[in-house]
Amino acid sequence: MIPRPRPERFRLRRTMMFMNAQKPGLIKDAYIYGCDSIMLDLEDAVAENQKDAARFSLYHALKTIDYGDTEVIVRINGLDTPHWQEDIRVCVAGGADGIRIAKCESAQDVKTVEAAVEAAEEEFGVEKGRTLLMAALESPKGILNAYEICAASDRMFGVAISGGDFRKCMQTTPQPDGVDMLFARGQMLLAARAAGIQCFDTVFTNLDDQAGFEAEVLQNKAMGFDGKSLINPKQIRFVHQVFAPTEKEIIQAEKILRAYKEQSAAGVGVFTVDGKMIDIAFIPGAERTLRLARACGMYEGDLV
Amino acid sequence: MKNAVGREIPDALLTNGREVYQGKNYMDGKYIQKASPRTRRCEKPVDTKVVASLVEALKQCGAKDGMTFSFHHHLRDGDYVVNQVMAAAIDELGLKDLTIAATSLGSAHDPIADYIEEGKVIGIQTSGIRGRMGEVVSAGKLKTPAIIRSHGGRPRAIEAGEVHIDIAFIAAPTSDCMGNCRGIGGKSNCGSMGYAMSDAKYADHVVVVTDCLVPFPNMPASVEAIDVDAVVVVDSIGNPKKIASAAARISQNPRDLMMAENVAKVIASTPYFKEGFSFQTGVGGPSLAANLFLEQYMDERGIKMGWAIGGICGPMVEMLKKGKVGKVIDVQDFDLDAVNSINQTPNHFEMSASQYANPANKGAFVNSLDFVVLAALEIDTGFNVNVLTGSDGVLRGAPGGHPDTAAGSKCCIIVTPLVRGRMATVCEHVVTVTTPGDCVDVLVTDYGIAVNPLRPDLIECLDKAGIPHVTIEELKDKAYSLVGRPDDLEWEDKVVAILEARDGTILDVVRKIKPYDPNKAE
Repeated sequence: MIPRPRPERFRLRRTMMFMNAQKPGLIKDAYIYGCDSIMLDLEDAVAENQKDAARFSLYHALKTIDYGDTEVIVRINGLDTPHWQEDIRVCVAGGADGIRIAKCESAQDVKTVEAAVEAAEEEFGVEKGRTLLMAALESPKGILNAYEICAASDRMFGVAISGGDFRKCMQTTPQPDGVDMLFARGQMLLAARAAGIQCFDTVFTNLDDQAGFEAEVLQNKAMGFDGKSLINPKQIRFVHQVFAPTEKEIIQAEKILRAYKEQSAAGVGVFTVDGKMIDIAFIPGAERTLRLARACGMYEGDLV
Repeated sequence: MKNAVGREIPDALLTNGREVYQGKNYMDGKYIQKASPRTRRCEKPVDTKVVASLVEALKQCGAKDGMTFSFHHHLRDGDYVVNQVMAAAIDELGLKDLTIAATSLGSAHDPIADYIEEGKVIGIQTSGIRGRMGEVVSAGKLKTPAIIRSHGGRPRAIEAGEVHIDIAFIAAPTSDCMGNCRGIGGKSNCGSMGYAMSDAKYADHVVVVTDCLVPFPNMPASVEAIDVDAVVVVDSIGNPKKIASAAARISQNPRDLMMAENVAKVIASTPYFKEGFSFQTGVGGPSLAANLFLEQYMDERGIKMGWAIGGICGPMVEMLKKGKVGKVIDVQDFDLDAVNSINQTPNHFEMSASQYANPANKGAFVNSLDFVVLAALEIDTGFNVNVLTGSDGVLRGAPGGHPDTAAGSKCCIIVTPLVRGRMATVCEHVVTVTTPGDCVDVLVTDYGIAVNPLRPDLIECLDKAGIPHVTIEELKDKAYSLVGRPDDLEWEDKVVAILEARDGTILDVVRKIKPYDPNKAE
């Protein structure tokens, strides 16, 4: 049995790679590719009559495979299916780090899942509050209710848009400039930032269109996303490249944190670094930059 | 006697000056007397050397019991010639006690297993041995131990007279009536004929077997008429579908791609990665895919590859055509893109096996090689590699150019998944040492990279480039933690094959495997 450490609500999540929870060959060592999180899917990738088999495979994977630092999240079936309660029991019993709520449309959906998670934690003697949640917004209603969803629970660490279903509802298709989901992505980002949780973009499914993929990742980064869902390991490298901080950003963040430590020890709250005014509001951003830099192998210091 | 890779070599094999493996470059500087063939003068002009059948050619060359026949393996698993010749010699002429000295043998040669079991074939000398032949040899049915040599070790042994070829059979996609042969222009094309060249020069008799007779002179010839006694035209020398695949495609398997990317990273971190560097890679998934990532690093640094050697396939030809590599020198072709390019695309040349890899000559290409990327069936914590015997101890592989390129190159990278099915690839002791650990520098697996402690300079390169690496023991432990540590194989005393190091010393032996007894298993 592999004991997994208590999941961190806010950690680096540049890349979340989807894979079918039913395929042992895929899930046995998916961590080797270096994505930040893997997303074991019980929902769309698994045929209706295979849900139970997938849960068994998932449970044993969680119990026997050492995923190391890679976060393990499970996408459960929608609340309109007969599967989601059993899915949650398996996730909690196996010790998954988090659950992705498919087709989330309201704060109530989050609360419904939260209650089931809590009951399962009790049932299996898992530390209460251990299992994190994230929501996938797949419909116009989900996007409109984004803020209440993001703020619905202390377990919520992030929110993601699911492009396939959403575009169908909106009667559109993927556009090279991303205009098809520009508003939805923007609304979701606003809600996530307002609620103080992370925000992730949808998968890019055309593996042959590397240029299209790269353009979308660059736009994601420019819009302020924390990371992106992926369907293939070969997409990981580019996302990590794009989300890596620049040398200049790293040096600046180091300076800010160093100055902050010195100044706050001396009782000073506002100070300047390279002529710019810095106060405590800059600290989380600087810390985030250095954590990102460390994950990208660009920072080896001890400030974070 | 124990050799430098810790293998116990029976003293009975150490006769006629044969020694155990002492470490790489042990023979450097020693003088050798080259052997020469005893050949028949063909002074009187003839109109043609074409004879009616293989039997007639055998008779003309004085074929008799106890002879050694040689073959080359450019027709790979599509080859018909070995089986045709042996059937003519044994079934039609009733010959026995024959030895087959081939550059390699594969499952196309399953019928030869019968001749071994009947005692008609008593010796096998080859690089590769697979299929039924591997099984019967492993079962101890060959009268003398098989001798397994690398592609460079074979021409060395021929030149030193350790293998004396009575009749060399040259499978030729095209030949003229005098025996000028080429690997192209026919219906069973193989491109390069590099492995056949030493055979033609050192055999007492040379018989060309072709299925496409072309007008004289067939130029430029890979094997020249000056060495040829007879030409036999048969219906077909091989199955073209199995000779060269349509096109070697670069793997899309994410695991292969990840390993390939790490191979390229390692290469780019070394001082040898500079304008004009030289390179060889295999055609296996991750080895071939390394081309793709290497090209990205070359573009980034604005450098070009000086030359590439080896078995060649399409992706390397593509790089030549794009001007990314200066010259391609080719001993064998693996796909039609390469077959159709050799001697056609400017700067795509043919070379002999000796020129490629012979450790005893004065200018083998492998000795000037910067990088080689190779696969492995197994690699142990001493970095010794096995590419010959399976996890059951049965012969089913080929050293090929592996030990030659590993020894000659400045940086030898082994790329392999950590486990295959239930088998740990990284292990405590390989079943058979085919490439000694002192020739292997870096191991790239899907679970991490390890550098041979003999190469602190490369460890420093990786550290500087921020490439994480672990010890090979850690990789071995990880492998065993995933699939378990297998029980040791159980052998009988009888030696069924001698694994000769490229310099002619004995690197390892393969013994007869004890039949598996399920009642004894725990």
